[in-house]
Amino acid sequence: MNISQIKKEFPIFDEKIHNNDLVYLDSANSSQKPIAVIDRINDFYSKQFSNVGRSVHYLSVAATNLYENTRISVQKYINAKDKNEIVFTKGATEALNLVANTLGQKYLQEGDEILITELEHHSNYVPWHFLRKSKNIKINFAEINEDGDVPLENIEKALTPRTKVIAITHLSNVTGAILPIKEITDLAHSKGIIVVIDGCQSAPHLKLDMQDLDCDFYAISCHKMYGPTGLGILYGKKKWLDELPPYQGGGGMIKEVKKDRISYGDLPNKYEAGTMATAQVIAFDQSIKFLENIGIDKIMLHEKELIEYGQELLRKNNSVKLIGNPKNKGGVLSFIVEGIHPHDIATILDEDGIAIRAGHHCCQILHDKLGIAASARASVGIYNTKDDFDKLNNSINNCKKIFNLK
Amino acid sequence: MNLKELYQEIILEHGKNPKNLGKTENFNKDAKGNNPLCGDNVHVYLKLNDKKIIEDISFEGSGCAISMASASIMTDLVKGKNLTIAKEIIEDFLGMIKEKEELNTKNLNDDEKTKLMCLSGVKQYPMRVKCATLSWHTLVSAFENKKTEVNTEN
Ligand SMILES: Cc1ncc(COP(=O)(O)O)c(C=O)c1O
Repeated sequence: MNISQIKKEFPIFDEKIHNNDLVYLDSANSSQKPIAVIDRINDFYSKQFSNVGRSVHYLSVAATNLYENTRISVQKYINAKDKNEIVFTKGATEALNLVANTLGQKYLQEGDEILITELEHHSNYVPWHFLRKSKNIKINFAEINEDGDVPLENIEKALTPRTKVIAITHLSNVTGAILPIKEITDLAHSKGIIVVIDGCQSAPHLKLDMQDLDCDFYAISCHKMYGPTGLGILYGKKKWLDELPPYQGGGGMIKEVKKDRISYGDLPNKYEAGTMATAQVIAFDQSIKFLENIGIDKIMLHEKELIEYGQELLRKNNSVKLIGNPKNKGGVLSFIVEGIHPHDIATILDEDGIAIRAGHHCCQILHDKLGIAASARASVGIYNTKDDFDKLNNSINNCKKIFNLK
Repeated sequence: MNLKELYQEIILEHGKNPKNLGKTENFNKDAKGNNPLCGDNVHVYLKLNDKKIIEDISFEGSGCAISMASASIMTDLVKGKNLTIAKEIIEDFLGMIKEKEELNTKNLNDDEKTKLMCLSGVKQYPMRVKCATLSWHTLVSAFENKKTEVNTEN
C-alpha cells in the first residue's frame, strides 16, 4: 500500500503549520478529509442541491436517491441485515442519546440497571445519567484491569439480576483497548440483556459486521471516518427500532397528523425528524468508497504496524509512560511525560506542526481511576507513517530540553 | 510564536516548585476554579485581616506549568498587600494578559513587575490564556467568598 499516494488525497497536508509539515496524530478526535469527500459536498451544493423526501421535482427526487444510496452503502459496509437498520444522526453522541432516551421511554423501569465501563467516553455515560436522574436507573461500572483493558470476566462480574442494558465502547479512545464485543453480546443475550456499542473509535479502523457482532445498537461517528462533521450513524436491530418510540418529533417522521392524534412514519423516517444533514450524508458515500478502495484489511495492518512502532519508540523514551497495555490494541497511544503537563507538551509539539490531543479526552472517570488529571494522546489514521512517530518522539525530547529534564 | 518566551526560566521554576502551595491555616476566604476543557483546577485560600490586608494566601490544585506558575506568582505578589491594591494588581494583570503591552500599577516594585511580565508570553497562545488566568479569577471569587466554582468556559 502506498501511503504517500493516499496522503496526497488529503489536501490538508499541503498546508504548513508554523512553517512545518503537518504531522496529524489526532484522528481519534476527528480524521482529516479526502478530496473526494470535500468535492462531493461542493458538487452537491453546486449542481444537485435540493431538500430530500419532500417534493416531486427533479432535483428533490435525485437528492433523495443519493441520500438513500448512502444508507445502502452503510448497510453493506457494516453488514447490517436491513437498510432500515441504519439511522442518520448528527453524531455518535446523538445516536447514543437516542438509544438511552427511547429505551428509557419504553423499556426501562425504575430500579433497572445499566452496565457501562470505566473506559466510556462521556457520550456513553451522560445519556444514561439522564435516566439515573429521571427514572432512578442505576449505573454500574465494569472495572478496567491494570492494562487499561476490560476483559469479559470484568463484565460478567459486574452483571446483576437487574442489569437490562450493557453500553460499552468497542475501542477505547484512551487506552486503545479493543473489547471482545462478540463474546460480551453472547453473554448478554443469554441473560436477555440489550447491548449498545459505542463504535466511534472502531468504525474507522476495524472490520465491521453487525450480523456477526449481533449487538442490538451500534453508534458511529462519521467525522472520525474520513467523513463530514455533523453526521453520525445509529445501527439498531430492526425489532428494536420498530418497537421503540420516536426520539424527536417534527416533519418527515410522521404518517398522519390530526388535531387529536398523530401517527408516526415507518423506518427509517421515524428517527429522522426535520431536514437532515443532507450534503454530509451524500458526501459520506465517498468516505465509504475511500475506505473500500483501500480495503479494511490493509488499513488494519498498516495501523497495527504503526502503533507497534510508536509504542516501541515511546517505551524506549525513559521519561514517557504509556497509558494502558491492552492485549488487543487499536491506533491510540496515550502517554504522560514525567515532569511535564500534557498541555505543555501539546503546545510545544504544535510548534513543530505535530497535532496531538491533551486533556482527559472526555473520559474523566478513567483518568480519575488512573489518578491523573490529563494525558497526551497520539492517534493514527490511514495517512500516518512511522516517520510521524519519529517526529513525535523528537519533539517530546525537545519538550524535555525546554523543561530542563534528562 | 516563541516557546522560549512562553517557557521562561522563572515560569518553569515556579511551575516545578510553586510557592504557597497548600492550605492556609485559619483561612477565612476561599474559592475554587476549574478549567473543564483542560482539567486544570485550583483552590485559593486566604486570610484577610481586620485591616483588609492579605495576611496569608495559598493554593491547591493541579495543572500545566503555566497555570501552576501563574498561581505561584500571583500568591507571591499579593501576599501582605491590602485588598484594594491586590484588586488593582489583578485588574492590571488580566488587562496585560489580554491586550495591554505593559503593567500600569504603581504598587509593584520592578522585581515584582518582572515576575508578572514573564507570564505575558502566553498572549501569543490564545488556547493557553485560560491556564494563566484561572487562579486570578479564582482569587477574585475568593475575595467575595463565592461558593460557585469559577469556570473558564463561562
Ligand atoms: C469513544 C467516543 N464516543 C463518542 C464520541 C462522540 O462522537 P461524536 O463527535 O460523533 O458525537 C467520541 C468522539 O469524540 C468518541 O471518541
